[in-house]
Amino acid sequence: MAHDFRMPSLGPDMESGTLLEWRIKPGDEVRRGDIVALVETDKGAIDVESFAAGTVEKLLVAPGTRVPVGMVLARFSGAEVQAAAAPEEAAPAAAARAEQSPALAEPAAALAAAATASAPAQRQRISPAARVRARQLGIDPAQVTGSGVGGAVTLEDIARYAAAVAASPPPAEPARAAPDMRQVIARAMTRSKREIPHYYLSLTCSFLAARTWIEQYNAGVGIQGRLLPSALMLKAVALAAQAMPEFNGFYRDGQFIPSASVHVGMAIAMRGGRLVAPAILDAGTKTIDVVMSELRDLTTRVRAGHMRSAELTASTITVTSLAEEGVDLIVPAIYPPQTAIVGFGSILERPWIVNGTVRPAPLVTITVAGDHRVTDGRAGARFLAYIRDALQAPQRL
Amino acid sequence: MNPPDLENRILSIFLEVAPDVDPATLQRDVPFRDQFDFDSMDTLNFALGLHKEFGVEVPETDYRELASLARTAAYLATALEHRS
Repeated sequence: MAHDFRMPSLGPDMESGTLLEWRIKPGDEVRRGDIVALVETDKGAIDVESFAAGTVEKLLVAPGTRVPVGMVLARFSGAEVQAAAAPEEAAPAAAARAEQSPALAEPAAALAAAATASAPAQRQRISPAARVRARQLGIDPAQVTGSGVGGAVTLEDIARYAAAVAASPPPAEPARAAPDMRQVIARAMTRSKREIPHYYLSLTCSFLAARTWIEQYNAGVGIQGRLLPSALMLKAVALAAQAMPEFNGFYRDGQFIPSASVHVGMAIAMRGGRLVAPAILDAGTKTIDVVMSELRDLTTRVRAGHMRSAELTASTITVTSLAEEGVDLIVPAIYPPQTAIVGFGSILERPWIVNGTVRPAPLVTITVAGDHRVTDGRAGARFLAYIRDALQAPQRL
Repeated sequence: MNPPDLENRILSIFLEVAPDVDPATLQRDVPFRDQFDFDSMDTLNFALGLHKEFGVEVPETDYRELASLARTAAYLATALEHRS
């Protein structure tokens, strides 16, 4: 079965991307998850993975070309197409995408794009007017991503596609400068504050047990194996999300869709004021040393500009930490379509009462922003307590 | 090893950790953290790089000695001297 590899959507706001480099050539065997291309987006250069396995038959786009989301970049033959990582999430994603303007498309739209790409045999929905217009302009409607009901291609989609094709420079010309990431963050956060009825809770707890455990652990391993507090925080949140699935998933189409997997996004600042929240996949089932090494690898790659497409779109819940910035607590905004975000303030030496005696202890204030369409403060309180308790027994993380 | 050589080797490790930094703007006495938003993950990677380059294992309790280029050079000079 043939498979079309298309330009994926890698952000809430992405309409097109510039193919920088092919990592494959005709005749190559591609496995699912292999990095096949490097694509320049407003988040920097992203390593794009394949959702299908097969043999590369033909590369259709030359490096340096700016192409709209959904356009076919390469064709694989003998492709063994796998369902997207989370098929139960992919279909609603497509539906949600259809309802919204392209500027507000889901961050998880890549899943939808992947699902679309995985089903090339499916009949395309297109409005009659759009079909006529496409014929006039000499556009193959199969190349166009639909934004209408049920993913149908509309007249507007055809116009947008035509404009994007006209705007793309001929191959080998230098890529157009990426838009400002600030605008991307602005759109996502504006949508968050407009659509999500947030509630906020905070809880202060001792970090003494965790810190002591980390010190002992680190004394026994080489530098390579040393843990940072953020690894424990991330794992504690992953376990809480596993235990309380109502905090782990997406809100789409007027309903909450829990995710079977827990992919914890970690807000990582890049020098120069940029911020991304790529995911540690299946964080709840990984041991603490694996979580730490993946976190280190992820941070290093993000700062060097090497993120992978799956990491960028998979998060089911997000963690943000300003542990080193001296702030007491964070009141975070949920990253749509997720429904919860957990913030960690600084770990600060403060008075703490244990068995009636005041003593100094490292304390951390944990906050959760929850989505009132899905959960209430009471569930949020249990969620925070779960994280606190997990941090009091670090050896079990 | 004379001091400029040592600093240059440290600088090249620093740039592996923070490839997005322009070395021309680096001030040797100002903490990395204040100049480039260096965080604990960067420090850990920096310590790891120094270990690979110099064979010096910096304990966690000494991370503050890696705050700036000048301070790291002084710390490493002492550590290397004690070893030889």
